[in-house]
Amino acid sequence: MKYIDEFNDPALARRLLDEISATATRPWALMEVCGGQTHSIIRHGIDQLLPEQIELIHGPGCPVCVTPLDVIDQALEIASRPDVIFCSFGDMLRVPGSDRDLFRVKGEGGDVRVVYSPLDALELARKNPDRQVVFFAIGFETTAPANAMAAHQARRLGLTNFSLLVSHVRVPPAIEAIMTSPVCRVQGFLAAGHVCSVMGTAEYPALAERFGVPLVVTGFEPLDILEGIRRAVRQLERGEHRVENAYARAVREDGNPAAMRMIEEVFEVTDRNWRGIGRIPSSGWRLTEAFRAYDAEHRFDVGGIRTEEPAECRSGEVLQGLIKPTECGAFGTTCTPRTPLGATMVSSEGACAAYYLYRRMNGPTPQAARATREEMNPVA
Amino acid sequence: MGHGGGGVLSAELMEHVFAPAYGNPTLAALADSAVLELDGARLAFSTDSYVVRPLFFPGGSLGDLAVNGTVNDLAMSGARPAWLSAAFVLEEGVRLTVVERIARAMGAAAEAAGVTIVTGDTKVVEAGHGDGVYVTTAGIGLVPAGVDIRPQRARPGDAVIVSGPIGLHGVAVMSVREGLEFGVEIASDTAPLAGLVAAMLAVTPDVHVLRDPTRGGLAASLNEIARASGTGVRLRERAVPVPDAVANACGFLGLDPLFVANEGRLVAFVPGSAAEEVLAAMRAHPQGTGAALIGECVAEHPGMVVVSTGLGGTRVVDLPLGEQLPRIC
Repeated sequence: MKYIDEFNDPALARRLLDEISATATRPWALMEVCGGQTHSIIRHGIDQLLPEQIELIHGPGCPVCVTPLDVIDQALEIASRPDVIFCSFGDMLRVPGSDRDLFRVKGEGGDVRVVYSPLDALELARKNPDRQVVFFAIGFETTAPANAMAAHQARRLGLTNFSLLVSHVRVPPAIEAIMTSPVCRVQGFLAAGHVCSVMGTAEYPALAERFGVPLVVTGFEPLDILEGIRRAVRQLERGEHRVENAYARAVREDGNPAAMRMIEEVFEVTDRNWRGIGRIPSSGWRLTEAFRAYDAEHRFDVGGIRTEEPAECRSGEVLQGLIKPTECGAFGTTCTPRTPLGATMVSSEGACAAYYLYRRMNGPTPQAARATREEMNPVA
Repeated sequence: MGHGGGGVLSAELMEHVFAPAYGNPTLAALADSAVLELDGARLAFSTDSYVVRPLFFPGGSLGDLAVNGTVNDLAMSGARPAWLSAAFVLEEGVRLTVVERIARAMGAAAEAAGVTIVTGDTKVVEAGHGDGVYVTTAGIGLVPAGVDIRPQRARPGDAVIVSGPIGLHGVAVMSVREGLEFGVEIASDTAPLAGLVAAMLAVTPDVHVLRDPTRGGLAASLNEIARASGTGVRLRERAVPVPDAVANACGFLGLDPLFVANEGRLVAFVPGSAAEEVLAAMRAHPQGTGAALIGECVAEHPGMVVVSTGLGGTRVVDLPLGEQLPRIC
């Protein structure tokens, strides 16, 4: 634990905060790309401790939040089938589809299982040859190598009852989409450290150059985040816009070549819809033709599902850093973790969930989360 | 499943279904056990069902939990536990040796806790309709004169004390159930707490609140106390004893140790003036060697639990919705 405590030291944090205060001569708006960073910031109260000039804008880097409604509905459809064991990471289970979530499907008799790795799902397929086992393969560059490995292993083992429902997204095209928005206020980025630990930093210098923004690769502990902010502010004050690696203990410039090879073997770049944001060119991965047999969308013929988001939900604007969660009219009233309108309220990395969980001192009372008798749902 | 997780959903079930159906002032107190007067004596009465999977885990078993859980619910009223009942629901096909192991564990746990299992029941359900073995225990204990421990008695100025490191039971069970290995073996903390409570009451009978933070963890217990008493709770994050192994496992899975289940821990609200003395008595008892002062009860933010973070910020710690879910990355 010593290793973690070192990155949570109040005296060092104070020193970094003082340095940030001394460096910042005018307001700067930085976006932390990753939802894990957002939660760390809110959980540790970092945003409360920063000088007023530094505004942190929460980015779209929550894989659960950006998985489109269409794909959630595909998952619900597949998970409802009696011949299917549907495997997912835990935090997808409460994400609302059009009319229910995976917990509801489980309560209604669907065989929905929480796994900790796609390889666990693969093992289930091996042990249940008479059932179809589907893994919900979502996430950024961080989860892609293991998911690619699952498809690779399934082919090697000759499994015909395993498939992936893929909704992988990539960070650099999202940064590009944010920066080309006419209402963008972002002046610098804290890039997601774990994404870079897989992919390296090769894609970032062009973005820094093109948009004139510093990109600092940042970890997830409080001191990591403060150091990332310190470096980004220093660059901004000096008029610089470079890629800096403030997470050298985990990130190499060339990333993890073995992981990248695995991704390249199994996935190809494709356009993807992002929940609340819309279609971003080249922003995702799908299985290549050679692995199409392991694509659950094709196997279960659910590609035709089209859906509409609830109009009241402004999670798309939250994900693009255009508003804070508390600026949404539904926040904490019609939209709570109990009755979420969008995924940002239920995901463990969602910005709305972070504000709801940790920042309601002056907001709605905790009782707002409680259901009335009519709203109770014993099945879920 | 969420309705059994000890969080918001469990509270709703109580509020909307059970309380209206059999509402009475004793039940409304929402304590871990009911305190009843009978011919001048005050009896604590409690029941709980145990459905843990797997049946055996590092540091304990279903049998240990079934005894210690009910013993502790009685102890949280300050009672000296005396008698337990034990009702078994067995799934057709479960091995007799498994039932025997559980029964033996219950016998040993009862002896260690100083209680006697005096009545019981056995039912068998068809294969596929149970998880091997379910056990329900009920218990009766005697509340000493002058002792009045219930969540409504928390008041500003109270010291908030936890009896030792948190999260061990939840992580131990999870590590076996999900086949996760965290590099070190983590054993459940399941233990009877009546002796520790007696040691605390010997120092001061004016203990205001006791709670064993089982499902829903420390966060759920503190929220329940804050709401029942209409006071606020302010925790100091760094003062909460979280073992390295628990912190690492929680970090890995994206869980918060404050929400992870415990079985051999208690949280106490005692008058601030008695805090040091109570702490010393707890630390002198085998079940309280790791006792720590983790915060205080305040008049601000009534009904809410707020944590001062290690860096100097603050955040709300709410009642969990249902069970915590491991995150994607």
